[in-house]
Amino acid sequence: MTQIIAENLSKDYGNGDSMVRAISGLSFEIETGEFVGIMGESGAGKSTLLSIMGALNSPTTGRYIVNDIDVYGLNGEQRADFRREFLGFIFQSFHLIPYLTVMENVMLPLTTIPMPRKKKHEMAAEALDCVGLTPTAKRLPRILSGGEQERVAIARAIVNQPTVLLADEPTGNLDSRNSDAVMHLLQRLNTAGTTIIMVTHSNKCARYAQRILNVADGRLTDTPAAGVEINNDTSDVQLKERAA
Amino acid sequence: MTIKEIAFKNLLRRKGKAAFILAGLVIGVATVVAVIGFLDTMTMDINHKLEKFGANILMVPKTDNLGLSYGGLSMGGVSFEMKQLRQKDLEKITAIKNAANIAAVGPMVFGSIEIKNQQVLLAGIDFSQSRILKPWWKISGDLPGDNELLIGAEAARILGLGIGDTIGVDGHRLTVSSVLSPTGSQDDQLLFSRLSTVQAMLGKEGIISMAEVAALCKDCPIDEMVRQIGAAMPDAKVMAIQQVVKGRMETLARFKKFSYGISVVIILIGSLVVLVTLMGSVRERTEEIGIFRAIGFRRAHIMRIVFIEAGIVSVIAGILGFIVGYSASSLGLRFFSDFKVTSMPVPWGLGFGAILMAMVIGLAAAAYPAYMAARLDPNDALRSL
Repeated sequence: MTQIIAENLSKDYGNGDSMVRAISGLSFEIETGEFVGIMGESGAGKSTLLSIMGALNSPTTGRYIVNDIDVYGLNGEQRADFRREFLGFIFQSFHLIPYLTVMENVMLPLTTIPMPRKKKHEMAAEALDCVGLTPTAKRLPRILSGGEQERVAIARAIVNQPTVLLADEPTGNLDSRNSDAVMHLLQRLNTAGTTIIMVTHSNKCARYAQRILNVADGRLTDTPAAGVEINNDTSDVQLKERAA
Repeated sequence: MTIKEIAFKNLLRRKGKAAFILAGLVIGVATVVAVIGFLDTMTMDINHKLEKFGANILMVPKTDNLGLSYGGLSMGGVSFEMKQLRQKDLEKITAIKNAANIAAVGPMVFGSIEIKNQQVLLAGIDFSQSRILKPWWKISGDLPGDNELLIGAEAARILGLGIGDTIGVDGHRLTVSSVLSPTGSQDDQLLFSRLSTVQAMLGKEGIISMAEVAALCKDCPIDEMVRQIGAAMPDAKVMAIQQVVKGRMETLARFKKFSYGISVVIILIGSLVVLVTLMGSVRERTEEIGIFRAIGFRRAHIMRIVFIEAGIVSVIAGILGFIVGYSASSLGLRFFSDFKVTSMPVPWGLGFGAILMAMVIGLAAAAYPAYMAARLDPNDALRSL
């Protein structure tokens, strides 16, 4: 079942002679429960595409539909509600709130939802349990390792049980062991039914995706990014690092 | 996790900034509280001193008299239709709007008598009111009872009278019970006796020559008191001894204007401190606000965080500002006033006003930073991550 429809998305920055077209005429669909990777060179337009898919950045042209909702037909406040209800964000640099405990960081997306405090606590505890960080609940983020902080960020992203999880280089600041742990976690969430859209430069991470959207010069292309090889044996895209 | 908790925890995290905002507000509020408190106590002080000045309003019979005296030298006068003042009419004064401000009313009746071939002015007064109306009097002996006299220092010297001496006047025998120490006023040349005694001697029962009034006008101008008494006593000419208080009141009024002006400037500076500090805080928190917006916080939620932070600091600043300002005004009272107050009542209304004022200043100054925070584009904010 199609969950996300992008129709002819374009985004221009600036105007006149200084205008830059970040993405141009992107159209694609994503099924419910898919794990999609977005790859491309730096400056290819990946982050712009992710921000548009995150209801954070209005496209210059085109439509973006999630669960039959025309996202950019909503006003700013309605889009905030949409993000709270349907989306979860995982940032490359974790971006936890430093003065809140792990538990409080995880509870953040529930702050503005009218719901009993106890229920919010239960949901946050469940999310923390899901990422295996229950013992760290009362600690401040700064005393956690990078891998643990990323897992807290994932717990925060899933606490409101979003249907779409957007991850921007989720392993970008992690070592190999922690990267594997995080990717396994994302795979587990995907298996549980969450649609995952992940921007990554890592071929190793991209292997977890069922499909790759290659972005080059603001357009979707069949050509993989440099250093990446795509074997389209079946319906899935498999990647092998050229170096490997 | 609630928005209030986020705001509170952020304040605790940025203690330095919170303290800076607090200081700005405390200084502003404390200044206003101190100025108001100080001015109140100064006004109290002046009113207290007014009591020492005694009578400050005179009531004499209304007349079309054209005075022919200058510098104490009298050359007679021309009187037409002189009205009489009746003692019982003085009761009307107690019914005026500002009756509570009247400290004492002293009726007086005058008459000329002859003692030892000397013409002397005899005054009948209400001695129970003299302590308030003539606080500067120093009396040797006992206050006069019926058929007794208080005799001015100059009169005692000229007439050769002392305590215990008895004189006969028109068939009445009067005994000197006390002597007035020199006052430097006309009182030194007079003889004083009870009002009823003198009225009986002069055949002026129920009639008075004039009346003195001591009015403490904390909440009303003296002119207004004069107008009210004049309206109640149409046969009397009512005059304020304005020079007693006017100078000090005018000085106080100028000081009030100056102080309020300074207070406004300090409040404006305090508001700017809050505004600039909160703007800086919002800029520092661009990333944080971007995250809040990305995970579904509405603009109103972001504004609420900033306002709650400002509100918490403002309430604390209001309380501290009141305590500091009240203490300063109490201290100022000791230094600048002769009016010794052992325990000043805490002006709770002023305290409530101080907190309200701090809230208004704090929230008003936070409005623009809150608006700027809410307007932050989450995409721009996250791009900076």
